[in-house]
Amino acid sequence: MNIEAKLLEGNKRAVARLITLVENKDEAAFELLKKLHNKTGNAYVVGITGPPGAGKSTLTDKLVKRLLDEGKKVGVIAVDPTSPFTGGAILGDRVRMTGLSTHPNVFIRSMGARGSLGGISEGTSAAIKVLDIYGADYIFVETVGVGQSEIDIVKNCDTTVMVMVPGLGDDIQAIKAGIMEIGDVFAINKADRDGAKKTAREINAMLDYSSKDWRPPVKMTIAMNNDGIEELFEGISEHRNYMASTGLFETRRINNTKNEIVELVKHRVLEHLFDNAYNEQLINSLSVNIVKRETDPYTACDEIMHNIKKN
Amino acid sequence: MFDKGKMAQVSEGLEKFNEKTKSMLAKNPERLEKFVSGSGDEVKGLYTPADLEEFDYSDIGFPGEYPYTRGVQPNMYRGRLWTMRMYAGFATAEESNKRYKYLVEQGSSGLSVAFDLPTQIGYDSDHELSEGEVGKVGVAIDSLADMEILFDGIPLDKVSTSMTINAPASVLLAMYIAVAEKQGVSSDKLRGTIQNDILKEYIARGTYIFPTEPSMRLITDIFEYCSKDVPLWNTISISGYHIREAGSTAAQEVGFTIADGIAYVEAAIKAGLDVDTFAPRLSFFFNAHNDLLEEVAKYRAARTLWAKIMKERFGAKNPKSMALKFHTQTGGSTLTAQQPENNIVRVAIQTLAAVLGGTQSLHTNSKDEALALPTEDSVRVALRTQQIVAHESGVTNTVDPLAGSYFIEAKTKEIMDKAMEYITKVDDLGGAPKAIDQGYIQQEIMDAAYYYQKEVETGERIVVGMNKYQIEESAPKDLLRVDPIVGENAKKKLADLRANRDNAAVEEKLAALRTACEGSQNVMPVIIEAVKVYATLGEICGVMRDVFGEYQQSVNL
Amino acid sequence: MDRPIRVLVAKPGLDGHDRGAKVVARALRDAGMEVIYTGLRQTPDQIVNAAIQEDVDCVAISILSGAHNTLLPKVVKLLAEQDASDILVVGGGVIPDEDIPFLKENGIAEIFTPGTPTSVTIEFIKANVNR
Repeated sequence: MNIEAKLLEGNKRAVARLITLVENKDEAAFELLKKLHNKTGNAYVVGITGPPGAGKSTLTDKLVKRLLDEGKKVGVIAVDPTSPFTGGAILGDRVRMTGLSTHPNVFIRSMGARGSLGGISEGTSAAIKVLDIYGADYIFVETVGVGQSEIDIVKNCDTTVMVMVPGLGDDIQAIKAGIMEIGDVFAINKADRDGAKKTAREINAMLDYSSKDWRPPVKMTIAMNNDGIEELFEGISEHRNYMASTGLFETRRINNTKNEIVELVKHRVLEHLFDNAYNEQLINSLSVNIVKRETDPYTACDEIMHNIKKN
Repeated sequence: MFDKGKMAQVSEGLEKFNEKTKSMLAKNPERLEKFVSGSGDEVKGLYTPADLEEFDYSDIGFPGEYPYTRGVQPNMYRGRLWTMRMYAGFATAEESNKRYKYLVEQGSSGLSVAFDLPTQIGYDSDHELSEGEVGKVGVAIDSLADMEILFDGIPLDKVSTSMTINAPASVLLAMYIAVAEKQGVSSDKLRGTIQNDILKEYIARGTYIFPTEPSMRLITDIFEYCSKDVPLWNTISISGYHIREAGSTAAQEVGFTIADGIAYVEAAIKAGLDVDTFAPRLSFFFNAHNDLLEEVAKYRAARTLWAKIMKERFGAKNPKSMALKFHTQTGGSTLTAQQPENNIVRVAIQTLAAVLGGTQSLHTNSKDEALALPTEDSVRVALRTQQIVAHESGVTNTVDPLAGSYFIEAKTKEIMDKAMEYITKVDDLGGAPKAIDQGYIQQEIMDAAYYYQKEVETGERIVVGMNKYQIEESAPKDLLRVDPIVGENAKKKLADLRANRDNAAVEEKLAALRTACEGSQNVMPVIIEAVKVYATLGEICGVMRDVFGEYQQSVNL
Repeated sequence: MDRPIRVLVAKPGLDGHDRGAKVVARALRDAGMEVIYTGLRQTPDQIVNAAIQEDVDCVAISILSGAHNTLLPKVVKLLAEQDASDILVVGGGVIPDEDIPFLKENGIAEIFTPGTPTSVTIEFIKANVNR
């Protein structure tokens, strides 16, 4: 199949194949991405993150439907954890978006985090580009929702929606301030549950301490009932307009890209490090010696760096 | 209950016994490292009075009296045998009617209707999603016309009928009432059950239609309607069968079923019904798996827990509100496709378990059911199994014969305690509907199912004929098949029906139904009116789908 | 890099029994595969669309309702229409032996009948995906 031609035609099989190829670091696929880079940049990328059980998938489903009603083309990438032991994954987010599978203007792809703690792998970044080339007006990236993934997602999207659930009261105190800062819009889902208003108050209280110019709106939603979706979307649009009018949109994209190329280089260097069999041997024997107390980790590092520079 | 001094003697003797056994085991190790029940709980080599130190006879009491541990009637099967109620239905109403008459001829004492999936999910036979499904797992009922054929020649004032129908239970019950009316039988004479347990559909069975809230409304509407107009009808069969089939343990079967029961009672009370009015008509449906002793303990545990909960938590005063009556079905998931004759033996053991456990009604599976619905021949053997246990085994001579066994009483308490833990956990999550929403119940069951599968695949758990004692065998012959023409014919019948009925009347009644659904009036009378003018099941459920919406599944793997 | 095999576990039609599908999904994950589970009530159209977007190597269909002779061949046919016949299609559930030849003639590579250990299914998929 001529992937390039079919991709530009909007053929979903081509989109899917290309995502697979870039996810698995196929060289030819990256050449294609290089070639088609000027076709990216049009899609608006929205990150959906939050703790497990918050209803991210259901919320995404409703936001997508709303955009489809406007005639927009939408891509969704749903990331689930990969088992560190087996390398396998159950990708179950699609279930909550099952009605969208046959809509011509939607493309949904489930991805395993595949070893990236942050839940946003290089594969995800590349997949976003493919959907961009495909012609998506909006791309939703739904993350694993634990730990570091919230940080990573900011670096890959234009607006981050943080989905919370009432009854996490105590957990909000436990959430580190850094994570609260990354939400551009907050959605309190399952808002019919006890404690919804309290949760909203607590989030607003924490936001009072923020020094940022942008005050994230806090929206109440009941995704299952399609309640509050319009308002949430307004919040996202507000953020989009804010960034456009202040020039922050471009700044953020430049920062995200900076991060991306640094990550790419990091990975390339590490690959190079372990690709070189001599280096791997060296690392193995060094490790044995460190444990034997014949050398130490810092000296070992110097030695490896020296070898890299030499090679 | 045991004298303190004598108890001390037993404990001493037990210590010595254990010492002697230890040295014997050193030279002769046991067959297995651990002996576990069907549900995976460890079972000791010996049970003695020492296991019942806290036990008092008043804990279990007499049969027919609170807390009903020993049975819900004082003399159980000496008065009346359990109802031999064989679940049946396939293809057309005509064929199913024939099967019902055959079963009654052969000695079954109650009818049990199996509906096909389109019917269970509120679709007519000509709906897109019904393609390939019509008549396959039960009888296809599209309108009152089919229901009339289904019960043709069957006097509804003389039989009791159980209908395994959940989301559209209101509609099928309405049709049953309408058929009876045509026979000249008033609804206050009708005896039977509708399964009507939507929570377990969300948990384990999958034939849901509407979201939780409107579904609970439909259920309480039925409770209310029947309490006045169909007083002999069991309005719900709170089910653990499917939870167990989905892979749960025995304690989970009891715990989650009772948690569902609690949710229904709470919903009914919230709807303004008096507990002692509707509770006597609640019934249960449990499984019977192979570990006979565990199953007997399970049923006794369930009865005891329910009685306590109804009395202490809901303040029930009517003894009938506290007495847990149940139907049992032998476990489908225990049947093997390999060496199907072995299934007859399994079903016999499971029958014994249900009877020793005090069931009110029993369906026994046929040997070929791992692969298809039963033929006349295989269903006859399944029925005979019940009759042999009833008349030849002696277990029906006396009530709750296993009571007092150190193991059985200890196991009954163990399951009660474990089940109560699950009930408490569900309570902490806000009740069964919320627990289901969060996927807690489904996750527990899934974990148990996976664990069991691993046991079987490693050979830790033996399934005779499947992972041990296998033979080379050819494909079984003469399985029941449903002719695809059934689907085609059903579509034609529907077209004819729509052409020949009073469509204006149908429109009118469907509009009235919409109004009722949008408001809070009881839907039953309106549905009965609609079925009488031959509005189809799909049309009626279509209105409800429109007003109530559809349930959004979530998955926890 | 040896990429994980991707499998779509699907429940077509109205059958609501998902114990087997879920057990198989977990077993496939434990064997290192990426498993997309469709949930219940999938039309053949939805299954095929999901298979294509997810670029799976295999579609594993679970069905216990007796509608297999209608629904499984339909999935194969729709995949062919999308030029996706390289995707391995297998099935399992309550499927009598005598229906297996018909299903195989219609493009289903293998049927795993009741009692099949998950290891057999896993090995078959590993050995037969087109990669």
